[in-house]
Amino acid sequence: MSRLPFYLIVGFLLIAGIATSVHRHLQFEIPWFPGEQRQVWEIEAVINFNAQNGPVQVDLALPSHQAGYRVLTENTASSGYGLAYLADELGRQAQWTIRQAAGSQQLYYSVQMLVSPDARSPVQTPPELSSPPPWESPYDTAASQLIDRAWARSANNATFARELILDVNGNRQGENARLLLTQEQPSSLVVRLLNQAGVQAREVSGLMLEDGRRRQALSGWIQVFDTSTERWAIFNPITGEQGKPDNLLLWETGGRAVLEVQGGTNSRVSFSMLTHHQPASAAVRNHYSEDTLLNFSIHSLPLEEQALFQTILLIPIGALVVVFLRVLVGVKTSGTFMPVLIALAFIQTTLLTGLIGFLLIVAVGLIIRNYLSYLNLLLVARVSAVIITVIAIISIFTVLAYRMGLSAGLTVTFFPMIILAWTIERMSILWEEEGPKQVLIQGGGSLLTAVLAYLAMNNPWVRHITFNFLGVQLILMALILLLGNYTGYRLLELRRFKPITDDEKVS
Amino acid sequence: MSWLTNWTWPTRLRDKGIIGMNRRNIRYIGRYNSRRLYPLVDDKLKTKLLAQQYGITTPELIGTVTTQFGVKRIGEMLEGHNGFVIKPAKGSGGKGILVIEKVEDDAFIKPSGVRQSIKDVERHVSNILSGLYSLGGSPDVAVIETLINFDESLLAYTYEGVPDIRVIVFKGYPVMAMMRLSTAASDGKANLHQGAVGVGLNIATGAALRGVQFDRPCFSHPDTGHDLASLVVPQWDTLLHLAAGCYEMTGLGYLGTDMVLDRDHGPMLLELNARPGLAIQMTNGEGLRRRLDLIEHQPDGVSVEERVAFAQHHFARQSELVEIPDSAMESA
Repeated sequence: MSRLPFYLIVGFLLIAGIATSVHRHLQFEIPWFPGEQRQVWEIEAVINFNAQNGPVQVDLALPSHQAGYRVLTENTASSGYGLAYLADELGRQAQWTIRQAAGSQQLYYSVQMLVSPDARSPVQTPPELSSPPPWESPYDTAASQLIDRAWARSANNATFARELILDVNGNRQGENARLLLTQEQPSSLVVRLLNQAGVQAREVSGLMLEDGRRRQALSGWIQVFDTSTERWAIFNPITGEQGKPDNLLLWETGGRAVLEVQGGTNSRVSFSMLTHHQPASAAVRNHYSEDTLLNFSIHSLPLEEQALFQTILLIPIGALVVVFLRVLVGVKTSGTFMPVLIALAFIQTTLLTGLIGFLLIVAVGLIIRNYLSYLNLLLVARVSAVIITVIAIISIFTVLAYRMGLSAGLTVTFFPMIILAWTIERMSILWEEEGPKQVLIQGGGSLLTAVLAYLAMNNPWVRHITFNFLGVQLILMALILLLGNYTGYRLLELRRFKPITDDEKVS
Repeated sequence: MSWLTNWTWPTRLRDKGIIGMNRRNIRYIGRYNSRRLYPLVDDKLKTKLLAQQYGITTPELIGTVTTQFGVKRIGEMLEGHNGFVIKPAKGSGGKGILVIEKVEDDAFIKPSGVRQSIKDVERHVSNILSGLYSLGGSPDVAVIETLINFDESLLAYTYEGVPDIRVIVFKGYPVMAMMRLSTAASDGKANLHQGAVGVGLNIATGAALRGVQFDRPCFSHPDTGHDLASLVVPQWDTLLHLAAGCYEMTGLGYLGTDMVLDRDHGPMLLELNARPGLAIQMTNGEGLRRRLDLIEHQPDGVSVEERVAFAQHHFARQSELVEIPDSAMESA
C-alpha cells in the first residue's frame, strides 16, 4: 500500500496553507504578530423593516468622534437606495431613500471605531434650555414636589440629577414618582423634570461594546450639562451612577430618534460588534477596497458572521491539542472532544471561574447521578434526567452567585449542558466499573486537556493568526493528518513498558 | 531526579520490539481487521454459533433469552443443569456475567457461596436484556452456557476465578500467548490492571516463561503461593490449533483469542477480541514487533497445522523462571 498519495495531500495542504498566509501577509500587510497595535471596533447596524410598496425614507443616527473613540471608516450596503450623510449641530445621520420598495428590507451600516484614549469630544456648548410642556393637574404638584425634594438634598446639577434618578427608580420611589411614571418613561421623566428645574439634560443612546456580541440593542443614558466644568456628565438612568463606562460608545446624542422609517412598518435596528487589533499604521489607512478572489477572507463577511468565525476558527487549534495529547502523550480523556468544548466555555468564563464551575457541576452531578443509578433506568432516560439535573445545578449556582454578588458566577451558563451531562454519565459508569482512581485519571486528563486547549486558544497570537490567516487552517489540517499517521510510542508508554527494559540489566 | 527512573527511552523500547498503541491501531488493527467483521466478535452469541460451524469447541450453549417475555421460562431452561453461566452477548470486560456453581433445592449458589433465588436470576437476565451491561446500553441478548469445569492441574494457580489463556493470532499464526490468573487483589477477575497475575507462555510448549503482577516480575501466585515455574498448560497443541483456526472463522488478521481448559472437553474458545491489548508484551518480557514482522513475510493460504508448527518452531523460548534458584527469588 503506497503512502505516496497521502504525503502528496499533506504536502499540498502545507504549501497551499503557507502560500496563502504569506500572500495575505505581503499583499495586505497583515503582521505575523499582534504587537504594537491599536484596538479597533467594527460595529455593524442592520435595519430591518417591511416596506409598504411605496416611497421609503430611512434616517439612522450615526456616531461621531467622542471621548475615547474615533470614527475610522464607515460603509453602507443597501442595494437600490439613494444615500446621503447629513450632519447638523445635533449629530450625524444617514438617510436612505427609494421611490418604490415592497416586502422585507435590510439596510446595513458598518463603522470602524478606533479606540484612542486621548480622543476628546468636540467643543461642547450648552444647548438652549428646551421648555418642557407644562404638566396637567394633579401631575404638576407631584412634579414640583419631586423637584423640590431632590433639589434640597443636592448641591449641584450632578447631584441633583442623581437624586432625581434615585427618586424615580430606586427604592426611595414615592407616590409622586409612581404617579408621574404613568405618564412618562423613567428616563424621559427624569430629563423632563431636570429641564423643568432649569438644568440642561437630554436622553442619549449608547452601545455597550463587547467582543463578538450579536443582535444587541442600544441602551438609554441621561446626560446632564455641568455648568461648573462646561461638560456633559453622563448618568446611568437606573442606578443614578455618574460616569461613562469605558466600553460605552455614544451612538446618538442629539436627543433625536435613532431610527426613523417613513413608508415602512416593523422597523428595528440591531447591532453586532467585533474587536480586533490592527497595526497603528494600518488602522488609520484603510484597505478593504479590493474584492478579488485571492482576497478570500472571512473579513469580507458581515460582522455578525465574522464574530461567529472568530470562535469557530479556534476549534481546530483545540482539536490539534487533543490529537497531540492523545496520540503523542497518551493522556486519557473522557469523551474525545469534550475538552475542546469545555475550553470554549472557559474562554467565556475565564479560567479560574470556569474550573471552579466545572468541578462544582460535575461533582454535584455525580452525586445525583449516583442516586439515579439505584433507580435502574434505561440509558436515554437516565442521561435526560442528568441533563435536567445539570440545568438545575447551573440555575441554582447562577442564582446563588448573583445573590452573593459574584458576577463571575453568572457565566457558568456558557457550559455546554448536554456535553456536561454525558461527561457525568461516563464518569459515573467509570466509577462503578473501574473505581474512583480511573475517574480521577480520566477526569484529570480531560481537565488538563481542556486547560491546555484553553491556553492555546486564548493566546492573543493564536487568535490573531487563526482569524487573519485562513491558510493556517490548511496547515493545521496537514499537521493533524501527519499525527494520525504516527506509529511511534506515546510518551506515557515509555513509562508503562519500562519494566520490560529493566530485565536486561538483571540478567 | 528520582522520578526519571520510571521512564525509559524510545530507542530501548524499539530494540525490544515493543509495539505501542499507535502502531497497533494503524499497522495491525487498521490494516488487517476489516470493520465489517467486528460484529462477529463483539457479539458472543454470533461468535459461538460461528465457532460451532467451524468445529471449534466452545462451552455448550444451554439457551438464549431474547425477550423480557422469555425471562419467565428461564426456570424450565435451567432444569437439569447443575452449574451454568449467564452472560450478555454484547458485554465487555467481563461485566454482567453471573456464574452459578451448583443448584441445591431451588437455591443457586455462586462460587463465593452466596445463594441466589430464581427471582434473582430472572432479574439479572432482565437487566441483561435491557442493556445494562452492553456497550452503549443497547438492548441485548442473554446467553446461557454450561459451567466450565476447569482442569484440576491449574487449580493451584488461581484464586476463585477461572484462569484463561490469551493467544494473539496474527494472520492465522499464534504469535504470543499468556495466561491470566485471578488473585485476591483482582477480586477473582482475570483483569491484569486489576491485579491478576499474567504469565507469559512459551508458544512451543505452553510452559510458563515469566510472571508479572502490576507490571512487576512475580515468581509465585500471591495467594496460593504456588510456584509459577512448574506451570505448563496441558493439551497445548490442541489449544494452539483451535486459536489459529479462529483466523479462518472470522477473517480478522489481528485477533486476540481467549481460551479456557475444560476438564472433560479440553481447550475451549471463550471469546474473541478484535482489539487485543498490549499487556501481553509485559507478561512475555518481549515485544511483538519481531514476531509480527516475521509473519508478515509469510505467504497466505498456509494450513492451520503448518502455521502452528511454524510458530512453535520460530517462537520457542527459554523460561526465565527456572534459571533463577528458588531461594534467591523468595528473598527478592
